Amino acid sequence: MKLRNTLMAVAAVATVFTAGHAVAQQEQYIGLPSYRVGPFGASGAALYGGWIDYMAMINARDGGVNGVTLTWEECETEYNNARGVECYERMKNRGPTGNSVFQPLSTGITYSVLDRVAEDKIPMVTIGYGRTDAADGTVFPWVFPMISTYWNQASAIMNYIGEKEGGMQNLRGKKIGLLYHDSAYGAESHAVMDRLAEMHGFSVVKIAVASPGNEQQAQWLQIRRERPDYVILWGWGVMNPTAIRTASRTGYPVEKIVGVWWSGAEEDVVPAGEAAKGYTAAGFNPAGTDFGVIQDIMSHVYAHNRGNMSDRSRVGSVLYNRGVVHGIITVEAIRTAQEQFGTGRPMTGEEMRWGFENLNIDEARLVALGADGFMPNLQITCEDHEGSGLLKFQQWDGEKWTVVSDWISGDRELVRGMIQESAAAYAAEKGITPRDCSAQ
Amino acid sequence: MFYREAGQFKASYQADSRIFPIRQDQIGFVALMAFLFLVVPFIANQYWLQAVLIPVLIFGLAALGLNILTGYAGQLSLGSAAFMAVGAFGTYNFMLRIDGMPFLVAILLGGLCAAAVGILFGLPSLRIKGFYLAVATLAAQFFIVWVLVKFGWFSNYSSSGVITAQRVNILGIDFRSPEMKYLLTLTVVTVLALLAKNMVRSSTGRKWMAVRDMDVAAEVIGIRLMRTKLQAFAISSFYCGVAGALYAYMYLGTVEPEGFNLDLSFKILFMIIIGGVGSIMGSFIGAAFIVLLPVLLNVAFHGSIGAFVPADLASNMELIIFGSLIIFFLIVEPHGLARLWQLAKEKLRLWPFPH
Repeated sequence: MKLRNTLMAVAAVATVFTAGHAVAQQEQYIGLPSYRVGPFGASGAALYGGWIDYMAMINARDGGVNGVTLTWEECETEYNNARGVECYERMKNRGPTGNSVFQPLSTGITYSVLDRVAEDKIPMVTIGYGRTDAADGTVFPWVFPMISTYWNQASAIMNYIGEKEGGMQNLRGKKIGLLYHDSAYGAESHAVMDRLAEMHGFSVVKIAVASPGNEQQAQWLQIRRERPDYVILWGWGVMNPTAIRTASRTGYPVEKIVGVWWSGAEEDVVPAGEAAKGYTAAGFNPAGTDFGVIQDIMSHVYAHNRGNMSDRSRVGSVLYNRGVVHGIITVEAIRTAQEQFGTGRPMTGEEMRWGFENLNIDEARLVALGADGFMPNLQITCEDHEGSGLLKFQQWDGEKWTVVSDWISGDRELVRGMIQESAAAYAAEKGITPRDCSAQ
Repeated sequence: MFYREAGQFKASYQADSRIFPIRQDQIGFVALMAFLFLVVPFIANQYWLQAVLIPVLIFGLAALGLNILTGYAGQLSLGSAAFMAVGAFGTYNFMLRIDGMPFLVAILLGGLCAAAVGILFGLPSLRIKGFYLAVATLAAQFFIVWVLVKFGWFSNYSSSGVITAQRVNILGIDFRSPEMKYLLTLTVVTVLALLAKNMVRSSTGRKWMAVRDMDVAAEVIGIRLMRTKLQAFAISSFYCGVAGALYAYMYLGTVEPEGFNLDLSFKILFMIIIGGVGSIMGSFIGAAFIVLLPVLLNVAFHGSIGAFVPADLASNMELIIFGSLIIFFLIVEPHGLARLWQLAKEKLRLWPFPH
């Protein structure tokens, strides 16, 4: 009898939950392959937290997008490729129209599902990571490495260094150290740095740091021996504070280190303490809570104690704000798609893809979103899935990040050429016929 | 009552040395195979095939490889993931560089590459034992991944060092749909698992076990240590290599060398510890446990009770529960889950009259 009662109770609970799903109507489902544990858990929590808070704010303030409520579900990937694939498969058919967009925040998972998204017709958006040559929309219609690719970032960093040196011509004869995370992510920097070095006449010293990178004495001794004029820190996770600390121990000036956007968050500099004062890093979104969109999140979400971040002081941190950028881009794509295919109903994967491809967030739209200066303007086209290529550089003063540059672009012509070259090679290897964008 | 061997007589040596001596087991095995081959592809949906069954089979094969080395031959190894990487990259290069290379031959050659590398890194086992050997195989783990990243030739000079699996086509049949991928994986895994089962029952396996139990005594009775140990390394690495190739071609599609890191090696080691050291079936049970339990917990925590628990707490709870369950099983059954199955069978044979 006892067992039967328990079973009944379980059945009742199960009915409640399934019923909860069934009454839902006009919902846009977004599957979030998040990671909150593991080596990069802290970063994942901030990023997905920001994204979730933005969607919660849209639901609370506007009642969704044109009346369509945003719903989401998290799936823990632990930043592990196999788990990421499982999450992708689990979420792809949920919700009324399936998963709207897949954004794994992990280059490894991006590669693992690259073929699957085209087959399942689910757009994949990789903002600031992932496969660089996927920016060629003719070969990769379903992948959107938005705002900036790694190659463009490398080029933008060199432009920034050139600006500091008083012009690109002054880079001739200079020596640039490239301290990179020894993985697919770190290897992305090589081809473009070699090309840039050839163009501008500087030399590159590539120094690998084995993952996770919590021991870098040998690497920094090599840097001391080589005496590069600048060091580009191409790191992730625990590698970043370790690099900054070891640099100060070996006497390399922190002002001469420029980090990439995955090396430029509070999580990277705070553990390094005093040593990080004066460190500069790239980013496509500044830190801070002074933006309209963050204020809206504060008043509509956190004021009602519905925020996702358990530590409220992390709202406005670099990675949190980056998560908000993810939210803005996702919601704007839904809006764009709805304007084309009909408002007030959830969009399918194919309609979402159209929405991303025709996304145009210009200055006026940014002001309307309360995101002026919060992210670069962004226009995606059929050929160009990158869309912006603009970066800002921020410096850590020991307390907070301060923006020290205007929006800086990379050498887009050069990068675009390399992207097309690489994408064409991929298309040839896989037997893909690039689509004709004039026919779209 | 139904599970007993009364009345089943063995009249020949052949009958005595069958894999499944009891008729009920034979029927059960055939039924299981029929179910896996004929029924599952029709009733399982894409999610089950692609995210559950295929990875369990592949990791089961890798665990089986390690089990041959650690469970049967007694040589501790932490390099299984690296041997998987050799298999995956080997297969990729054979497919890429030789025109018209049949996939199954490429997998075989990839596995043989892994076997060769395995022998190389097995050499220290002749001098060092136990934990010290584990440290020596750790070198394989780091060295192989480093080589694959360092030399662009292995990944055909891809800018990010990843390899993308070519399309698999055997005798004009395209293996693209989840069902076909599942069937191919299942076939390869079944053949290799049956081969392993026979190997460990034959003189090869007996030599391994003799070396495992006491290598000095094994040497005294005339077993050549070097040959036996290196053979175990070669066969184990071959299995891992084939598993790696399947991992790349049937599961992920695109892999980076960094994906075959130490974490994966540890995972495979945990699979055989949980499943049962020195048991073929234990490898698969362990793989299912390690691969599926986190997924199950994740579904439970983020799906149903997710609404009441903050997401970061839920994610950490999953890890805590997963860890506690591992400890629980190790305390309750130190010989692994396969041992529980064995005990159940022994009990069943006596049931319902235990005396």
